[in-house]
Amino acid sequence: MPQSQQSKRSIGWLGLHRGHKARPLEWVTEKFIFLVSLSVIVTVFLIFVFVLREALPIFLGTANSSAVRPVIPPDQLDELSPERLASYLGLSKKEVAETDRETLQLLMELKVEAAAEAPDDKDAKVNTTGWRYILFPYQWTGYDKARFIWQPISQIPKYNIIPLLVGSLKVTLVSLLFAVPLALGAAVYVSQLAPPKWKEVIKPAIELLSGIPSVVLGFFALVVMASFLQWLFGYESRLNAFVAGAALGLAIIPVVFSIAEDALTSVPQSYIQAALALGSTRWQAAWKIVLPAALPGVFAAVVLGFGRAVGETMIVLMASGNASIMSWDVFDSTRTITATIAAELAEAVFGGHHYGILFMIGTLLFVVTFVSNLAGGFVMQHLKGRLEGKK
Amino acid sequence: MKKIFTQFNLALAALAVATAAHAGNITVKGSDTLVILAQKWAEVYARKNPETKIQVTGGGSGIGFAALQNRTTDLANASRKIRVKEIESCVKAFGKRPTEYKVALDGLSVYVNDANPVQNLSLEQLEGIFTGRIKNWNQIGGNDAPITIYSRENSSGTYEFFKEHVLKGRDFAATAQTLQGTAQVIQNVAKEKNGIGYGGGAYGSGVKHLKIKKDANSPAVEPTEESVVNGTYPIWRYLFIYVNPALDKDEVASYLTWIRSDDGQNVVKDVGYYPLPANLRK
Repeated sequence: MPQSQQSKRSIGWLGLHRGHKARPLEWVTEKFIFLVSLSVIVTVFLIFVFVLREALPIFLGTANSSAVRPVIPPDQLDELSPERLASYLGLSKKEVAETDRETLQLLMELKVEAAAEAPDDKDAKVNTTGWRYILFPYQWTGYDKARFIWQPISQIPKYNIIPLLVGSLKVTLVSLLFAVPLALGAAVYVSQLAPPKWKEVIKPAIELLSGIPSVVLGFFALVVMASFLQWLFGYESRLNAFVAGAALGLAIIPVVFSIAEDALTSVPQSYIQAALALGSTRWQAAWKIVLPAALPGVFAAVVLGFGRAVGETMIVLMASGNASIMSWDVFDSTRTITATIAAELAEAVFGGHHYGILFMIGTLLFVVTFVSNLAGGFVMQHLKGRLEGKK
Repeated sequence: MKKIFTQFNLALAALAVATAAHAGNITVKGSDTLVILAQKWAEVYARKNPETKIQVTGGGSGIGFAALQNRTTDLANASRKIRVKEIESCVKAFGKRPTEYKVALDGLSVYVNDANPVQNLSLEQLEGIFTGRIKNWNQIGGNDAPITIYSRENSSGTYEFFKEHVLKGRDFAATAQTLQGTAQVIQNVAKEKNGIGYGGGAYGSGVKHLKIKKDANSPAVEPTEESVVNGTYPIWRYLFIYVNPALDKDEVASYLTWIRSDDGQNVVKDVGYYPLPANLRK
């Protein structure tokens, strides 16, 4: 029985083998590799926990951004109970007990100062971090109708994330529309149709594109592509979703190309030979036999390209114009989730509501890429099963 | 084995020296607007006082305040005033209000493309343009062309200052494109003939600095050192350094005094900002 032999050969502790099977160095190496892979999983998990923890006040609705709150005059400090004082000043009871009287007095005076700074506005009492204001349009003071507004640095901070979601989606779609046909076309050509000499030139050339740092691509888009495309199409705003999407396309072409090309190359030669033997042309074999057979891999390439496009920051930060307009027009300047986080986090008050909101949209981004990869995995399994004739 | 031991000892000795040197160290963190000026100050000051080592990093005014409250920096550079919320965190961390020092002046210019016939604008017209009420150049004496607004990221102190003093706290138009720095604003305005943007006074070619009128009847003033320092040019701000009062002694105090002395203020001009008027110096 192989199973009982196995259990005899390994003695209890972590599967360390005895006799001539014992190779301490191999054992140590194996466990080390195991620990490294474990640490990767732990790191991913910790990153998610960290991001989620910062965003938690927003998800739970405990953050409050309203500018006007009830104020207690500082001279009533002695009349307040410790519990009341703690909740008023945002400290724990222990902290209140440890803080000296002078500091508490100062903190109470600051509350009065904050209240004096608060704007005289019908919306000043509104807690703008509520989901109602994050997801739905609202008519703020000074606006002619209910609108989706992202204006986090304002007397009344406005945190509607819909313009950012639309912006991210718009740029990603443009980049995929631009990159996927080109990358797949190139992959089919290189793997099936190109003479070997050409293949040796085209493949490294496209893969070289992935070696260009995104900040350089962004700069190229900002200075060269923006002017050229504006001249070509004559639209009004020089930096917009279209320019950013095109530049982003350049960044994801090598991603989609490499994976798709691998998938296409790994289709067995016998398929092609059979097709050719039955009288099909090379083009027919590539288009009707190889491409469908490699479909799961090609699909994976597109999903990965999508993930890269949604998460890419530097190019969109530089080339999209970053105006948080609520519009589906690709020729309007646009602001994406990633660019917003990159641009605003540095100045957000640590632990404040703006900070929380930025982490909240970070979580959202994480979830979007995670779900898209997951869905991609499922579809891939399904396709694979169907192609292998199991369903 | 002995060799390794000696090396270890050497490393320990080096560490001890490094810790001792820390006594004369001043760390400065904060606003990116101020980072070049702060580095220049540190350089000139260190040449005169070689025993003091000054370390300058940027990151943004908010980062500077956060570091101040965590006590990971001695001085916090800021291109805006500290917010009440940030004072509150500081008081919670070390029981005192941070001390504020004004260290330089900065005049903000408004740029348009060289080809734009508009020469001057009033503050009220600027407010109209940047909030989106005025949409076409012909409403303010220019060509019949839509206005393209270039603004800065809302993390920048320049953005906040402009919003508070020119827009009177109103929101920027949603169509305002936000860029990463003054250099980018200039570059875009230089390429876009209907563009308008704002930023530091130090930069600029291919664009024209507008003359600004305080109101419709007052004279249009060009941003120059004289007009900024005497206050006739209407868009200017102070740049600040904040410090934990408990640390404001010895090297830190003498460094802060030097910054606001005539010597320190001479450096300001080299970097493109404007020195403090005489009554604010030390």
